[in-house]
Amino acid sequence: MVDVNLYEGVSVANSNPNATKNKISMVVLSGDMDKVMAAFLIGTGAAASGMEVTMFFTFWGFKAIQKNGTKPGTTMMGKMLAMMNRGGLDAIGPSRLNMGGMGRWMFKKMMDEKGAASLEELYQIAVELDVKMMPCDMTMQMMEYGMETMRDNVTDPVGVAAFIQEAAESKITLFI
Amino acid sequence: MSENADIVLDLKGLLCPMPIVKMAKAIKGIEIGQVIEAEASDPGVMADIPAWCKSTGNELVKMEKVEKTIKFWVRRVK
Repeated sequence: MVDVNLYEGVSVANSNPNATKNKISMVVLSGDMDKVMAAFLIGTGAAASGMEVTMFFTFWGFKAIQKNGTKPGTTMMGKMLAMMNRGGLDAIGPSRLNMGGMGRWMFKKMMDEKGAASLEELYQIAVELDVKMMPCDMTMQMMEYGMETMRDNVTDPVGVAAFIQEAAESKITLFI
Repeated sequence: MSENADIVLDLKGLLCPMPIVKMAKAIKGIEIGQVIEAEASDPGVMADIPAWCKSTGNELVKMEKVEKTIKFWVRRVK
């Protein structure tokens, strides 16, 4: 019986013994505020609905799991990239209408006024609900992110095979 | 009103996904058979709470909308 019960009192009602796990796997390629927000919203919502959740962060998605204020990069090019590609949930802006940071400010303000959870709050809930956050090893090497620039709750870096294994046993797979 | 609630949850002013996140936390704190009574203001819960109950296997006892407030009762089943 495949009946994942990550959360006491929250488990699958109609799990199929032949089905894969009650699990959702996501690739988070985007580092834009709006898309990262969608990813965390779906992740936390799924976890609150009793699903196991895996988020695999790659390329621009690293900005979502980078510690605020850290500067990755060991070579000149890596440092230049980090300068032009500021990461951390506080620093990322929307994919449209950012207008040099105005959009980020405006969205944060509107979300706050309407009672929508901030990215940081969603991240904290994801941690609380045991959402697994995996950084892509290749991106880490290539873009020169050190483990010290990563948030505390991400796993050790993994490759595509690890994600495929997660995705293969999931009911839902998303690419964001 | 219709059910004797064991705990009362105020979800007013919260937007998706916070109502179900709070429900998931609250249901951990009650025994099987006990009931959560909650009030929310986001119309999205009209669709989300029944869906959450279905995925988690808990029972939506009743849901009603009075003006802008949505009130519902959920019984922990497992």
